[in-house]
Amino acid sequence: MSTVKSLDELKKLREAALEKRQVQRASGEKKVIVGMGTSGIAAGARQTMKAILDYVEKHNLTGVVVTQTGGLGLDAKEPTVQVEIGEAPKVTYGNVTPEAAVRIMEEHIVNGKIVEEFHISA
Amino acid sequence: MKYYRSHILVSVDPVCVEKGAYEILDRLQDELVGQGLIDEIQVLETSRIGENEDAPDIMVYPEGIHYVNLTLNDIPYLVTEHFLKGRVVPKFTARAEKPVEAELRAPTAKEVRNVLRNCGVINPENIEDYIAENGYLALGKVLSEMSPDDVIQEILNSGLRGRGGAGFPTGKKWGFARASKNDVKFLICNADEGDPGAFMNRHVLESDPHSVIEGMIIAAYAIGCKQGYIYCRAEYPIAIKTLNIAIGQARNMGLLGNNILGSDFSFDLEVRMGAGAFVCGEETALMASIEGYRGEPRPRPPFPANSGLWGKPTNINNVETYANVPQIILNGAAWFSSVGTENCKGTKTFALAGDVNNTGLIEVPFGITLREIVYDVGQGIKNGKKFKAIQTGGPAGGCLSEASLDLAVDYETLTKAGSIMGSGGMIVMDEETCMVDIARFFMEFTQDESCGKCTPCRVGTKQLLDILKRICDGKGIPQDLDMLELLSVEIKETSLCGLGQGAPNPVLTNLRNFRQEFETHIYDKKCPAKVCKALIRYTILPDICTGCTVCARNCPVLCISGERRQPHVIDSDLCIRCGICAQVCNFNAIEVS
Repeated sequence: MSTVKSLDELKKLREAALEKRQVQRASGEKKVIVGMGTSGIAAGARQTMKAILDYVEKHNLTGVVVTQTGGLGLDAKEPTVQVEIGEAPKVTYGNVTPEAAVRIMEEHIVNGKIVEEFHISA
Repeated sequence: MKYYRSHILVSVDPVCVEKGAYEILDRLQDELVGQGLIDEIQVLETSRIGENEDAPDIMVYPEGIHYVNLTLNDIPYLVTEHFLKGRVVPKFTARAEKPVEAELRAPTAKEVRNVLRNCGVINPENIEDYIAENGYLALGKVLSEMSPDDVIQEILNSGLRGRGGAGFPTGKKWGFARASKNDVKFLICNADEGDPGAFMNRHVLESDPHSVIEGMIIAAYAIGCKQGYIYCRAEYPIAIKTLNIAIGQARNMGLLGNNILGSDFSFDLEVRMGAGAFVCGEETALMASIEGYRGEPRPRPPFPANSGLWGKPTNINNVETYANVPQIILNGAAWFSSVGTENCKGTKTFALAGDVNNTGLIEVPFGITLREIVYDVGQGIKNGKKFKAIQTGGPAGGCLSEASLDLAVDYETLTKAGSIMGSGGMIVMDEETCMVDIARFFMEFTQDESCGKCTPCRVGTKQLLDILKRICDGKGIPQDLDMLELLSVEIKETSLCGLGQGAPNPVLTNLRNFRQEFETHIYDKKCPAKVCKALIRYTILPDICTGCTVCARNCPVLCISGERRQPHVIDSDLCIRCGICAQVCNFNAIEVS
């Protein structure tokens, strides 16, 4: 990572980051984001994350990015998982046990259908 | 008494009656008569069973099956199927499919997310994510376009007040630190969040650490600091990890260190871990701890702005205060002050915990009522119980009763009501909470956390706790209430720091708002909420007890006796009031009194 020496450089960096994000979305990349704050981890987000990674590995999925974020503030519904497919709006799931995570992977990531059972709408 | 093999309870609450509950009841009777079942099955009226949208609905015992949204035409089929042939009719049990999201809805309707805008959106371990969300642009604007005085004026104009609890205007604080003449000044972020049930700062640090870092750099520029510290408790390992990653990334990009963004301004940051002593949230104790001394407060003045860390001028703000700064700079003071009340601008995060359905972190504009927080954002009390109290401000705050629910939340109104804003802990309590016990709990906490430096706090909290324990144990005497009040006022007035000055608050507010309950404990030796163990008794109701022996088998001290199929008896002298018998009893035969 190079150092930023001026505001203009920072702005360019921002453009680049936004563009990178845009390109990823436009290519239909699938993104699975697990909330890994203290409350998420206490509620079992590590197991959920592991189940998701296992699933990706087992089924040799490509074009899926598994990443993490902090908490959404929905502590009563931890662990939370957000799914972003291409340019479609972000879908948030609550109470995602490892089993639920596998279902989300199967139904939403692979087959493109939102799993209503765990869906939280904003 | 005539024996019926089955009972049908028809809900006749006003909603159901309006939707034809009595017609349903009559039709049920007719149909049972018609099919020759009326001698075996009894139809009864009852009050509300399910939700409004279930009406009209009935409950069938002993199976406990809830049939909903019945029409008159359904009845003959239902009676034939269920009562004649003994088959449950699933199509009537399925309530009109409630949309799933109604139950799982994110509590965002009345929320405004400024501080939390990136939480759960960006990857906290990736600085590019933060930059993509306009991160560090405010810093760039400050360094290229604004003088330190401009920055302070902007913050003053915004009306931002310290989010750590005292609510001191942030711009003023920065102004004092700037005016203080010295070649070395320090900047501190107070992340020593210690209130029971509070996790706002942890959440922000874990989910959006760069906003705090950016806020600190801007403050450092305005005041003229070269070195800053984030004082975070070691109990927050994930927050510390993310912070250190974030600081490392910012440093690598030249956003921390020498000549930030090509300017001649230099600033660096360091995380200092605290051992988790509650008193270290007090600014003078916090600075002592950073210096490596025992975390004990000292008298003020001198205030930190004049003589703080290592005797140098120091500015201390809370995590949330710093997190607000970049957005104020980017969007302007007017944008920030467009939300909130006259004296309190912007939003506040609260850790909503306790007996509400939706626990978690919320961010609401100042001026929202407590009722809206509990019932709209928190979506009401768990298990349909009744609201009793809401505790704000942690161990230095107080419990507000239902009468205060319509108060608009800001620093002044909460203080006027006897509680405080605090850093944002909010614990909701239902009717099964004993307010004497709550006062005892918080006093136990502060007594334990008192650093012991000054006598009123060290000895006074112990005395308060002893009296409260005595009342909970049923040994309270009438003079106790006066003594509690007298001691509380003395401790408040004479303690050295905020810990002691705030410690009696839970006692005072509970005495003010729930005095009746203290009196019942002392005079009647009863605990109305049935919490204080010394004041309750478990008894078995002989009429209801079937002698199934479940309670006797589960009792840890074997104090329940009785023959099989005969009513059992609890030996009150041996009973430890653990309540297990009441939990395991299938017939609600255990009474607590």
